[in-house]
Amino acid sequence: MSPILNISGLHKSFGQVEVLKGIDLTLQQGDVVSLIGSSGSGKTTLLRCVNLLEDFEQGEIELVGETIGYRESSGSQRRRLPEREIARQRAMTGMAFQQFNLFPHMTAVQNVMLGLIKTKRMAKDEARSVAEKWLERVGMEARRDHFPGQLSGGQQQRVAIARAIAMNPQIMLFDEVTSALDPELVAEVLAVVRDLANDGMTMLLVTHEMRFARDVSTKVVFMHQGRIHEEGTSEEMFGAPKTERLQGFLANSQI
Amino acid sequence: MNFSLFLAELWNARMSLINGLGNTVLISVVSVLLGSILGVFIGLVMTYGGWFTRFSVRLYIDFLRGTPVFVLILACFYILSVVGFDLSAFQAGVLALTLFCSSHVGEIVRGALIAIPKGQTEAAKSIGLTFGQTFIYVLLPQALRQILPTWVNTATEIVKASTLLSIIGVVELLLATQQVISRTYLSLEFYFFAGFVYFLLNFVIEQAGRAVERRISVP
Repeated sequence: MSPILNISGLHKSFGQVEVLKGIDLTLQQGDVVSLIGSSGSGKTTLLRCVNLLEDFEQGEIELVGETIGYRESSGSQRRRLPEREIARQRAMTGMAFQQFNLFPHMTAVQNVMLGLIKTKRMAKDEARSVAEKWLERVGMEARRDHFPGQLSGGQQQRVAIARAIAMNPQIMLFDEVTSALDPELVAEVLAVVRDLANDGMTMLLVTHEMRFARDVSTKVVFMHQGRIHEEGTSEEMFGAPKTERLQGFLANSQI
Repeated sequence: MNFSLFLAELWNARMSLINGLGNTVLISVVSVLLGSILGVFIGLVMTYGGWFTRFSVRLYIDFLRGTPVFVLILACFYILSVVGFDLSAFQAGVLALTLFCSSHVGEIVRGALIAIPKGQTEAAKSIGLTFGQTFIYVLLPQALRQILPTWVNTATEIVKASTLLSIIGVVELLLATQQVISRTYLSLEFYFFAGFVYFLLNFVIEQAGRAVERRISVP
């Protein structure tokens, strides 16, 4: 069986600064992979490349066997796929953002329905029932007709996760989904993520919640200066970190 | 001031004044409508266009905003006919106001679009929306809410600027009023009356704008 996500030799620069210096990473069905590391190590950029929110100069990302973002054209030249293709491939991944990014002019249920109607071309009634099912799953069914401005940060993030996962993606990407939340709201969001992980959802997540990463991950990847510095199961990584840098990083993080 | 005489003359002149008012409303509605549609495109190009289109549109906006409306109206009427576009006074006037309106709306739309956080576009993309869909369902509805108060202001400016069309002979409310005055010599009364009608028009526009604002406001 082909892996859900296969990243090979990924390079990405912002101008002169190379932020990803050759990343290789594979996720099988049901894998939950946490990316950890200090700020500026390239975790978020890696995630954004997978969702094609960033261009990348070199390397390849395969999603369920399909190369995304670019096509080899004559010779070694590669060409960015047309907008419509990119949009279709993006819909294969679901992304939850640090800042939630709910659409403020739509109610919770409308937020979830938009992609179902426009991308999945569902009828309105069908989209509504799918949206309501997912809002119930994240414990937001009672607030489905509230606007984002009427919800707490944790509630907004749960709606945002429902919006992403309702699209039935092959893989969910979580970009520091609890970093913008007040401490007492973190647990409710992590509970949702954990619930999805237990359900067998394939996930790639960037997180600063080390205890959560340890509990939920099938694999932990420590990034440093644009490279994968160390990777392993969470027992290996948190129990017996091999490199000095990871030991230092973990010592400075609260577990 | 002879009030009963004024009322009698007002009654006599009612048809020409109503025609004038009709023209004022028609000029304003058409100019604001066309100007706004053009303005949205201008704002779009200014926000997402390449450097060359942005530069060209920038010139267009700056030129139109830096020129008095009065001069624009005269230019559309006299200069365009020299180069072969023979527009009626009404058409030339509406064209001038449309261009003027589009430059203002363009700037308003650009301002509203760049004020929307980048995360909105990214979230829309991440659920697979194309650029067009993102614009129509995510960005434009948010931008319009931002735009509305300033846009209403522009609309009232256009209603007031429509009086300038009297100079090229379009019989809108002001010119109709002046024609009545030249017949009756009741200048104070009729100018006051015209002023009051313009005030009413703009008052209605502002109230309507505020009502829409309340309706579409998001908690």
